[in-house]
Amino acid sequence: MKSERSNDNGAITEDVVRYVAKLSRLSFSDEDVAKYKKQIGEILGYITQLNEVDTADTQPTSHVLPSMKNVFREDLVKTSLSPDKALSNAPDKQGDFFRVPRVI
Amino acid sequence: MDTLTSSGIKGFREWIKKANKSIGDFTGIFVDRAKDMDREIKGFIEIDKKSIVSRAEQNKCQTDGRLWGIPIGIKDNICIEGELTTCASRILQGFRPPYNATVIEKLTSNGAVLFARANMDEFAFGSSCETSCYGPTKNPHDLSRIPGGSSGGSVAIVASGQVAAALGSDTGGSIRQPASMCGVVGLKPTYGRVSRYGLIAFASSLDQIGPITRNVTDSAEMLEIIAGYDEKDSTSVNIEVPKYVNALKKDINGMTIGVPKEYFIDGIEKDVLENIQAAIKTLKSMGAKIVDVSLPHTKYAVSCYYIIAPAEASSNLARYDGVHYGYRSKNAADLVEMYTASRTEGFGQESKRRILLGTYSLSSGYYDAYYLKAQKVRTKISDDFKKVFSVCDCVVTPTSPTTAFKIGERMDDPLQMYLSDIFTISANMAGIPAISVPCGKDKKGLPVGIQFMAKPFAEETLFNVAYAFEQGV
Repeated sequence: MKSERSNDNGAITEDVVRYVAKLSRLSFSDEDVAKYKKQIGEILGYITQLNEVDTADTQPTSHVLPSMKNVFREDLVKTSLSPDKALSNAPDKQGDFFRVPRVI
Repeated sequence: MDTLTSSGIKGFREWIKKANKSIGDFTGIFVDRAKDMDREIKGFIEIDKKSIVSRAEQNKCQTDGRLWGIPIGIKDNICIEGELTTCASRILQGFRPPYNATVIEKLTSNGAVLFARANMDEFAFGSSCETSCYGPTKNPHDLSRIPGGSSGGSVAIVASGQVAAALGSDTGGSIRQPASMCGVVGLKPTYGRVSRYGLIAFASSLDQIGPITRNVTDSAEMLEIIAGYDEKDSTSVNIEVPKYVNALKKDINGMTIGVPKEYFIDGIEKDVLENIQAAIKTLKSMGAKIVDVSLPHTKYAVSCYYIIAPAEASSNLARYDGVHYGYRSKNAADLVEMYTASRTEGFGQESKRRILLGTYSLSSGYYDAYYLKAQKVRTKISDDFKKVFSVCDCVVTPTSPTTAFKIGERMDDPLQMYLSDIFTISANMAGIPAISVPCGKDKKGLPVGIQFMAKPFAEETLFNVAYAFEQGV
């Protein structure tokens, strides 16, 4: 799979840019696809330097500071935003609902 | 009004005392003055006089509030209830948050007058303030140059004295690098020191709000006000907030300061290097013990960052879909088309680049090679600092390899732009506090910044050394 999408110097194909754009819910002209292919390829090329680092015995960072851990709280009902406030920025609404274009 | 431009919070405080006017009246004067001063700099996206004055008048804080009447600039990614907050992006066009960020509550309860909408790179994606959908802010020291970024607006309005201080956010250097380029003080606190509740997220494991001020004293005072545990931010840390202003001491006799050789590399401008070397001599002459140290994984920090930050950003930006708030495209027949068209029309180029990069590195089959690898190298970067802080109190480096560059110079070369954060990114990776303090000027008359970094929650060490340095030069 990897060889289809990129090679070892980080370069990616235009099809990969289109595929990732689709995952990201973005659409691009052919010209943009070519531009992003070049720019992202250069960035990924630079990033391949990470392969120099031996991380065989290293744990990935899961919390920024060692003192941090999962935080729990009591499951209590508190006041939350009123429907009016929550809808105050809605591009489109109907009653207490956000309105969107048809789904199917 | 000249003292207002140069002396930060103290200058505004004294002016207010002497003026003997109502808060509405003097706030109106400050607003008019800022509007006039900002005409060419464009540090603000807009200045809404009516709103600023009426908020000041309605604030119930008494006149003995620590920041009573003091104008504080707010970056456009920190939520103020009912006030436009857009991250300088079209996709958040018209967005008025239904709640206040915790830092906004804290400033307001201390009497500060909020000057909203300081310009920034779109979603804080940038090092020059040029990716704002409202156009670039200019460096007050040279209007043909960038102010740095992403908190370029916050920094420019402090450097030009329009406001006494400002809040910015720092994900990879976004407070310190522009502070350096505009000749002011910029602090990135320890991760978890300041609540991020109400800061519109860029990269959640790296973001931190911090003060931008004209001097180290104001930085300590501002941090004392905005720091602290917040139950609304599960990554804020429940450690008591010290009286930071008590750390402002001129004495650094016996302090051990490390000089990491990896920060003195090819690519640093000659003038920057010379200023920093002279500063290190000054610190030595003040009694500090200067030691050579090594942070061997420094050169991988930018690579790590440009995997982790876009990956987190692409997740955080998935929420902008035109449904709940912000921009919605009218060019769509169904829901998925609406998502795609809203995002395509709403995001700028740099945001799209980072969304693509982040989505790619998180996509199936690539997660291990990119994101997981980067998080492992991140551990190595943190471990480097742990080792170094076992032998020294803080380390000193340049904040940025160059002084402010020309507007437009790096816009077509993202990699070159990314490398301008080479010295600031590691502190975000390791979650440690770091401060940039003015350190003279180069031959073109542009400010140079010096950076001090310390171990987690050692902001007092930073204020001590930064204050001593500021007073000593």
